[in-house]
Amino acid sequence: MATTKPSQAERALGKLTARTGERVLGVLSIAALAATAVMSLVVAPPDRPPPVGQGDLYRIMYVHVPSAWLAYLCFGVVFVASIAYLKTGRSRWDRLAAASAEIGVVFTGLAIVLGSIWGKPAWGTWWTWDPRLTTTAILFLIYVGYLAVRKLSDNPRRRGRWAAVVGIVGFADVPIVHLSVTWWRGLHQGPTVKLPTITLAPIMTATLMISLTAFTILYGYLLTLRLRVGRLEERALAEALSPRLGQPASALVDQDELPADGNGRPVLEEQGTGPRA
Amino acid sequence: MSFVRQTGAVAGKDLRIEVRGRYALGAVLPFAATLLVSFGLSLGPGRTFLQQTAPGLLWMAVTFAAVLSSRRSYESEAEDGALEGLLLAPVDKAAVYLGKLAAIAAQLLVLEVLVLALTAALFDLPLTGDLTQLAGGFVLGTLGLAGVGALFGALDVSARAREAVFPLLVLPLAAPVLVAGVKSTALATSARGGQAGGWLGLLVAFDVVIVAAGTLVYGHLLED
Repeated sequence: MATTKPSQAERALGKLTARTGERVLGVLSIAALAATAVMSLVVAPPDRPPPVGQGDLYRIMYVHVPSAWLAYLCFGVVFVASIAYLKTGRSRWDRLAAASAEIGVVFTGLAIVLGSIWGKPAWGTWWTWDPRLTTTAILFLIYVGYLAVRKLSDNPRRRGRWAAVVGIVGFADVPIVHLSVTWWRGLHQGPTVKLPTITLAPIMTATLMISLTAFTILYGYLLTLRLRVGRLEERALAEALSPRLGQPASALVDQDELPADGNGRPVLEEQGTGPRA
Repeated sequence: MSFVRQTGAVAGKDLRIEVRGRYALGAVLPFAATLLVSFGLSLGPGRTFLQQTAPGLLWMAVTFAAVLSSRRSYESEAEDGALEGLLLAPVDKAAVYLGKLAAIAAQLLVLEVLVLALTAALFDLPLTGDLTQLAGGFVLGTLGLAGVGALFGALDVSARAREAVFPLLVLPLAAPVLVAGVKSTALATSARGGQAGGWLGLLVAFDVVIVAAGTLVYGHLLED
């Protein structure tokens, strides 16, 4: 399977995660995050003062909402990459799923913590069994389980397949989890605390959009970094195993992922240090 | 052998192991009973409070029993290279999954009858109301739990999975079963009865998603 030609999607992924893409994404995410900080802390006006409005407290929305968005984006990517891995057997899909799951767990945790920090002054409690909060907490636990499964086996292929199964089943489960906790709260008693309906001023909407964009670019940047680490890990393993298996290291990793020298032969070293054409 | 016969053969093999070894009856049931008594001690002895919490405690005991039974289902495969034999046999992998699911579900249903009787006795859970919906909740919830357990129990072939990873996977994934099971039991046994239809529908949705996904991906867990 590993000798077939890479698909369009795989080529695009390869381009995006090359070193140039990584640098561009890094610079872009710093710029976008700086713009987010200025917009959300300085330019965007405060809400009406309490007790009518939330004053400055609402500003946490500019990091909380993008964190929650990234959580779902990451796990969606895990789902797609897991299916692609089981279909193609190419380790790059497994590395993409692993990288995305790690980032997703971080941002899910961040969304929960930020929500709690906001909830204490706004709702008077750190935690409430609101359907959205409960779903997010269960989501967090499912993907902590996903990362734990990745630690179970030292065999990369087995690890990849096991993780992919969790990535697929876990994501398919999310809508049902959400439905169940919504009914759980809704059928017997109304929600004890209602999420305030904030009508956003245009400048606030613009700030939120900038923040969402900045976090999405940051996701891309973190992904390229983590993917590079994943590639290096795989190569290190291949180099360590190649004398024992009596095969060249290049035969142990997916061919199309290695940067090729001028004659089309794969180069095992990282780009920049290896031989160049 | 047809697909149904293969499934039946795998389920029959697992049930024969249980009948001869009596693990579910000899170890899982006493564990569930201990759990219920411990719940009673930790929350006790107010009668009304225990009665209100009984459906939740009952389903917690059922969920833990499902974790233990699913693991047992694969522990016996790990001995004497039994799993290799099963994988080399000319049967569909999906039939192995569905067979194991059926065997786990059958054991759990027997356990649940006993655990339900025990809960009724210890916590005064009234066994009146809509008994069809009560039974429906248990059958559908058990299918869902067995569906998750038979799928991820396969990770038990890894030594490191035996400790905490398996329950860590099963409990959050099966959260809808816990919620819907507790609600259906509470509503079916309540004075009015017959209000559990929506929750049974949710359990059906969960079963369909898990069993369909499990049947599709199960082969990937075992291929090496």
